[in-house]
Amino acid sequence: MKKILVSLGAVLLAGSALVGVAKAADELTIVSWGGAYSESQRKAFYEPFIAAGNKITETEYNGEIAKIRAMVESKAINWDVVDVDTQTALAGCAEGVLETIDWGKLGLDKSKFIGGEVTECAVPNILYSTVAAYDTTKTKAPASLFEALFDQAKYPGKRALQKSPFVNLEWALMADGVAPADVYKVLGTPEGVDRAFKKLDTIKKDVVWWEAGAEGPQLLADGQVVFATSWNGRFFNAIKADKKPFQIIWDYQAPDWDWWAIPKGTPKIEEAYRFITYASDPQRMADQTKYISYGPANKDAAPLIDPTILPDLPSAPENLKTVFYPDPQFWGDKGDELRERFNAWLAQ
Amino acid sequence: MTQASLSSDNIMRAADGTPLKVALARAMRREKLKAVGLVLPLFLFIAISFVLPIVVMLYNAVHDPDVAENLPSTIAALQQWDGKDLPAEDVFAALAADLKKAQESKQAALIGKRLNYEISGIRSKVISTARKASALQAGPYKDAIIGMDKVWAEMSTWATIKRSSSAYTPFYMLSMIDLQQGVDGTIGSVPKDRAVYVDILKRTIGLSLLVTVVTLVLGYPVAYMLATLPQRTASILMIFVLLPFWTSLLVRTTAWMILMQDGGVFSQFLKITGITPLLNLFGLVEGDPQLFKTRFATVVAMTHIQLPFTLLPIYSVMKTISPNYMRAAKSLGGTPLYSFLRVYMPQTLPGVAAGCLLTFILCLGYYITPALVGGPTDQMISGFIAEAINRENNWGKASALGVILLVATLILYYIYNKLIGIDRMKLG
Repeated sequence: MKKILVSLGAVLLAGSALVGVAKAADELTIVSWGGAYSESQRKAFYEPFIAAGNKITETEYNGEIAKIRAMVESKAINWDVVDVDTQTALAGCAEGVLETIDWGKLGLDKSKFIGGEVTECAVPNILYSTVAAYDTTKTKAPASLFEALFDQAKYPGKRALQKSPFVNLEWALMADGVAPADVYKVLGTPEGVDRAFKKLDTIKKDVVWWEAGAEGPQLLADGQVVFATSWNGRFFNAIKADKKPFQIIWDYQAPDWDWWAIPKGTPKIEEAYRFITYASDPQRMADQTKYISYGPANKDAAPLIDPTILPDLPSAPENLKTVFYPDPQFWGDKGDELRERFNAWLAQ
Repeated sequence: MTQASLSSDNIMRAADGTPLKVALARAMRREKLKAVGLVLPLFLFIAISFVLPIVVMLYNAVHDPDVAENLPSTIAALQQWDGKDLPAEDVFAALAADLKKAQESKQAALIGKRLNYEISGIRSKVISTARKASALQAGPYKDAIIGMDKVWAEMSTWATIKRSSSAYTPFYMLSMIDLQQGVDGTIGSVPKDRAVYVDILKRTIGLSLLVTVVTLVLGYPVAYMLATLPQRTASILMIFVLLPFWTSLLVRTTAWMILMQDGGVFSQFLKITGITPLLNLFGLVEGDPQLFKTRFATVVAMTHIQLPFTLLPIYSVMKTISPNYMRAAKSLGGTPLYSFLRVYMPQTLPGVAAGCLLTFILCLGYYITPALVGGPTDQMISGFIAEAINRENNWGKASALGVILLVATLILYYIYNKLIGIDRMKLG
């Protein structure tokens, strides 16, 4: 009964479901994060894939795992391939809303992929990093990331942060004096979570929360904020393509993967596999770095990357001095409860 | 001779000999069917697009079988539990079996997710226990499971699971008014860091009231002017009311985003006109006043969008009031103010009531405008419904919030009907 009601609700409420039904049967729907990132995927993967005689519909989302869950629960799946972050890949795998990947069927060697062993439900595609940036014409270089984000005496004004607890809680704890190695031990306790939110309380009234990756650079460009966080490729794009005088703060950059995942039960699973194989080709992955500064997950792509782009990748030695690696398993397990707490905190 | 004639058995008959009563009923039925046929499309449309979703929503707000379906043996074993001490070995054995099954069917996260609504932080513990329990071969289970996570040694965990044995739960409705059931089933307040929904409800009603009052204060004089000016002039001026009315809500909200943003048109205007320096002088604000993503911006944008909804019903009622009444009042010695308050204004009340009710109820459901021009603390109930559906996948919570909104609207309608009477409402 519940299933029926949920599906009924899904059909009535989610307009996208209705659109999906009307869609041509042979089109593969690929969902990604929009903006400069989708643009890079379009040029490197979608356009040649379409030129090879395939049909693609592009859709954007902001990483809402709930949308995938609702589709799988209501059996109205109209997303065939989704670009997910690590916590979504892990949580989605644990909840059974993502297909288990058959690497043999992909025809790819799992050991060639950085992080291939992290989850059995997704194929790593890029390594990106959450970083902060500022406008060099308006703001003086801060001594550290935490000074930039939390020192209002020195840098009065607003900060743009992602409307998500991910990385923000870790940064808050480290800014509060927790050693990077202990962050997840502390964050695993209720007191640690309180402590992180208490630190965020100190800047709460000065934070502009963004949801889409393009908003961070945009807010910075408009002079609405003194510091903005985003994914490094978005700032790279603003600097290179839009000639913005931005400087990325690599201090405590938080690298993570993006993955190709397949929602469970999609009728176009064969095409989905075909696309993922196509997009995992070393040369095409290397091509993507021409458009956005994310590191390809396929190790074979590394030698093919244009050397001039290397210093802009999160993996450049110069950028890795104080890197902080978020724990994907922690977020896969705890992401939901921390998001709930975060939303309640925001509303207070 | 008419078509009907009186036959020998004293029954009125139609020309073909059938009794008149039957013939009439047949003719009437045909007419009725035609009428029903005309109404049917709308009726079906309303039933499918309006009534059915509301029924589903009401149902989802109290129906939640996730735990009951996935922990069947645990719940059966718990029926004997007295709730005073930790459950006995058989319950733990049942839990181990249920979790093993859940781990295989990948439902462990679902159980954890549902329990986490009531016990913050339990989701990850259920998942890890399920992972470990699937390696468990034989008992005793009690110590083994408590050894996996201390959460299984807490009374509240078991009380919550036992409560979930029914597929119907008051949990969602209670938590939307910041209440929860304790270990012994008594109802109490939720911890402070989760108690946000009463505030959100108050905020939603407060903001809607404020916008309604502002639209009334701004709209009433304009409606009066439009109603009393010569028709030609009034028609031209009416365009200024109707043009924004015909423009998409999204377009107008986006326009306000641009006007209100930091360093935007609005703040430039304040600077040039000397308002900002004046405010700085008195120490009221530092630097440029913050407009974008504030309560102020939300109220301004909502007022702008709602103004025609309040104004137009008032205007159309005012058009029907004969100027003779005011003349009569004045000729009888009333001052302009007295005549207005005693004679004119009472006649406009049905329009005022209709306009205000319309605006207020529409405001209760606002979502996109506060989301775009307001800050996190200006979001209204609809925003949280969207959040629950899009981000949290919590249909129970979304439904319960919807029910709250529906109930608030119905209560208002009831009060309105008592005070003014719905038959007196005039929309034009």
